[in-house]
Amino acid sequence: MSNVIVQGGQEVLGVGRIDGPILVVEGAANVSYDEVVEIRDSQNRLRRGRVLEVGEKNAVIQVFAGSTGLSIDGTRVRFLGDTLRIPVAEEMLGRVFDGLGNPIDGGPLPLTDTYADVNGQPINPTARVYPRDYIQTGISAIDGMNTLLRGQKLPIFSGAGMPHDQLAAQIVRQATLGAPAGEKPKETESFAIVFAAMGVKHDVADFFRKSFMESGALTRVAMFLNLADDPPVERLVTPRAALTLAEYLAYERGMHVLVILTDMTNYCEALRQISNIRGEVPSRKGYPGYLYSDLASLYERTGRIRTSEGSITQIPILTMPNDDITHPVPDLTGYITEGQITLGRDLDQKGIYPPIAVLPSLSRLMKDGIGQGRTRSDHPRWGAQLYAAYAHMQDVRALASVIGEEELGDVDRKYLEFGRAFEREFVNQSLTENRTIEQTLEIGWRLLSMLPREELTRVTLDEIKTYYKGE
Amino acid sequence: MSEQIATVTWINGPVVRARGSRHVSMLELVEVGEERLVGEVIGLNGDIITAQVYEETSGMRPGAPMYGTGLPLSVELGPGLLKSIFDGVQRPLPLIEMQSGSFIGRGMRLDPLYRKDRWKFTPVAKVGDAVNGGMIIATVMETDTFEHRIMVPPDLSGTLTWLASSGEYTLEDVIAKVKVGSEEKELTMLQRWPVRRPRPYKSRLGVNTPLITGQRVLDTFFPVAKGGAAGIPGPFGSGKTVTQHSIAKWADAQVIVYIGCGERGNEMTEVLQEFPHLTDPRSGRPLMERTVLIANTSNMPVAAREASIYTGITIAEYYRDMGYHVALMADSTSRWAEALREVSGRLEEMPAEEGYPAYLAGRLAEFYERAGYVETFNGKSGSVTIVGAVSPPGGDFSEPVTQHTKRFIRCFWALDKSLASARHFPSINWLDSYSEYLEDVAGWWQKQVGTDWLRMRNRAMEILSEEARLSQIVKLVGPDALPDEERLVLETARLLREGFLQQNAMDKVDAYSSLQKQVRMLELILRFHERALRIVKHGAPILLIHELPVVDTLIRMKTNIPNEELEKMDDIQKQIDEQMSRLDSEYR
Ligand SMILES: Nc1ncnc2c1ncn2[C@@H]1O[C@H](COP(=O)(O)OP(=O)(O)O)[C@@H](O)[C@H]1O
Ligand SMILES: [Mg+2]
Repeated sequence: MSNVIVQGGQEVLGVGRIDGPILVVEGAANVSYDEVVEIRDSQNRLRRGRVLEVGEKNAVIQVFAGSTGLSIDGTRVRFLGDTLRIPVAEEMLGRVFDGLGNPIDGGPLPLTDTYADVNGQPINPTARVYPRDYIQTGISAIDGMNTLLRGQKLPIFSGAGMPHDQLAAQIVRQATLGAPAGEKPKETESFAIVFAAMGVKHDVADFFRKSFMESGALTRVAMFLNLADDPPVERLVTPRAALTLAEYLAYERGMHVLVILTDMTNYCEALRQISNIRGEVPSRKGYPGYLYSDLASLYERTGRIRTSEGSITQIPILTMPNDDITHPVPDLTGYITEGQITLGRDLDQKGIYPPIAVLPSLSRLMKDGIGQGRTRSDHPRWGAQLYAAYAHMQDVRALASVIGEEELGDVDRKYLEFGRAFEREFVNQSLTENRTIEQTLEIGWRLLSMLPREELTRVTLDEIKTYYKGE
Repeated sequence: MSEQIATVTWINGPVVRARGSRHVSMLELVEVGEERLVGEVIGLNGDIITAQVYEETSGMRPGAPMYGTGLPLSVELGPGLLKSIFDGVQRPLPLIEMQSGSFIGRGMRLDPLYRKDRWKFTPVAKVGDAVNGGMIIATVMETDTFEHRIMVPPDLSGTLTWLASSGEYTLEDVIAKVKVGSEEKELTMLQRWPVRRPRPYKSRLGVNTPLITGQRVLDTFFPVAKGGAAGIPGPFGSGKTVTQHSIAKWADAQVIVYIGCGERGNEMTEVLQEFPHLTDPRSGRPLMERTVLIANTSNMPVAAREASIYTGITIAEYYRDMGYHVALMADSTSRWAEALREVSGRLEEMPAEEGYPAYLAGRLAEFYERAGYVETFNGKSGSVTIVGAVSPPGGDFSEPVTQHTKRFIRCFWALDKSLASARHFPSINWLDSYSEYLEDVAGWWQKQVGTDWLRMRNRAMEILSEEARLSQIVKLVGPDALPDEERLVLETARLLREGFLQQNAMDKVDAYSSLQKQVRMLELILRFHERALRIVKHGAPILLIHELPVVDTLIRMKTNIPNEELEKMDDIQKQIDEQMSRLDSEYR
């Protein structure tokens, strides 16, 4: 083993151990924790990696592109002396990058002097601005019952084969800054979309590209792609690179940035793989004990700060293995994000699009972005009433499946009808249907009017007087 | 003052090892690297020192220096704690923002308490007094209404030889001198205390006063006593944080310590923006004036998250020692347990269950034991009540943190996912929850509110458990198969659930219910039930009861009748009586 000092950092020839994407390098001095390395195989092909652990005699390195083709004696490792940084610039909008932030669209490297650490730094809670402005997505189940705010992190919990990509694309296409019901939405100020793909198929990335193109947004989009056949370890960097650009655009350039991360389940699997190879003590289902903190280090990079006009809104997408919401990936995500849009297999099978299951869905910030002066004053109680009625309908539906619908009382039968109409007319809408908040509220009242007046205990008597159209 | 004691040999995230002095002690604070990142010694083996570092260690190299401080991790105590927001190791976040901007930089060394403020000081002891630890020698108005009591440090006793006269002093000015043996010690208003050591008190007192929270399901059904400990486990989105915020807003404690431990940044921002504008219903002052916030959010360093719980509880004990009632909220203790697990994992310790270290139960016990109602060394009584949120993976209560927590608390508020998704909030499941303080506080209720609260509460619980049994049958055969007397139980249970247990934290009127309101609401619902029962027995069909206009009135009274207008309840009572009498006369 020989040490050669070259400019920029020291270089070590030969490694002690190779284990999956992990290298153990011996005899390197002065290595720093978390620094970036360049690795060359015997054919002089370059890949990059990062120091995971460092002792006096050895350093443990994670190779982003994996270790295929690396040999014990033929591998050169050069330590670059700095943590992983990517260039950030406004001109990166309209461009496509790989999972580590290198251009793959044939264009040049972004011309900038600003390089930012992909790990970012935690936002000081005292510097945050609490989100209050709602985003009108034109989708009733979201705007009405799970309202999305600027600066919120609201994931889509989906399952294999469900239309989460269509939904995300529709949100991106239709999103405007919301206005009170009846007023015209304001012109959208400067906005940008940062899209990060982790381990998804080519056609998923193409679908999004096309959708951005059709809506004319492509020049406002930066795409970071680590696709299914790209090295899994690289995925650990992809969302960080994307968020680093998003932070620059939002907090340095004052833009409203919407970040789509898909698919977080693939990201977590890559994390699990590294952890298992290193022999770390697993917690649930083999995922490392620090999965929560690791996910938080991504999801918390959302929000608004006082020193900037801009904002970061995150829509991570994840597929729940086996549709199981208690699986560690959705579970820990739900513990960190500000709610979740949950898709339901049964609705999907009934042909309802978007198949948003409203009961297990939640927007924690909704309460602060709706009501008087924001959407409409009845909105909070209207929502509570729809939730209560739909939840009760589920019980009735379960009972009907046991005793038969004809055995139900009058009121319960009305609930069943309400439930069907709710799914068909409120939740269900077309891929291109863009409803105003007023339309959404109107449909809700129409459905509530199918129920007897006494059943509506969540809305005020005045609201019943104004909006109820029942007998 | 700190000298290099060792040289770093190994770095793995927040855990570093160094080789050097054998004179470092366990839990001593150390500073690591050129940036002097603060850490704490958590393992010693020969000349190898293992430390957890409270900041990101990216960029640190073997060969970096480690400096000793000779001190354990401590908090600063004194006027100026109220209204503050600190990170897990008591660094003041607003000052960090001033220095490093919107993002938290590294290696920031800032005094937790602001040194330049001058506090109006009023001596209460006399020169020549024999003083001992905990004795109050002076008072300072920490806010317009809050009297901060300056105490002799707990481990000191002697004769007071000098005491500053009334006037304005800074935290570092000498304000008293105490002769201990032949030595004279100078005291300032600023004191330090090691966070992992409980502060001493004279004796523990019984817990028999409820902590009034204004939350009906808590106060009426599952009360926690002042000085007691409650756990609030629940899956994500079930209402842990909203419930804790509600308690922090409305509880009848004089000081609130709120620890955001590994949770969301926006939730702390929400408190910061909301509390200054909310009024404490008792003092009439902004809620922020009685609040200390500790924010170590999920994306802040994990070792400091571990420390945040101790930082918070030590501050709580300090106010307790002045003779105040303190309520401490920890959201979430599971994130703290995970921080323990993360550090333990990097040390390659033998895991017990689910990767948690074997000492998890011991740490939880130590924490909850710091709750208590005590007689202080100055003859006053004070208390620390702990409310700990638990975030069980997948919402499964059989996991280690929930299970061990259950052993050390006496009040269990079990949140329920299905209630939450049906938007029944707070989603505290009345069948799975319990309070072992019920009997303890019954006497207080009788004396203060003057009703047989426990009897009413138990009657309501009876109706609710009966409902649970009956719904099993209903699920199979439908409600029509039940006799009307049993259907009335379902009807009343609905009133209890929707009209009493459900409480909307976002509604101005409903957010806080005075005890009088709670009692009156419960009385009315039970009165409805007893009167209806008689009529149903006479053969009146349940449908007519269901359609009585007063049913809607009972469900809406929580939001329609403010705490200050309880006389309106008498009117509802009249409505019940009239409507029932009318039915009664028809079916006699
Ligand atoms: N008492 C309540 N009143 C009204 N809404 C509530 C109440 N408790 C919870 N919620 C609703 O549930 C959501 C989740 O509550 P939260 O306390 O954040 O859950 P957790 O901390 O358990 O994840 C809130 O955003 C709010 O919409
Ligand atoms: Mg919470």
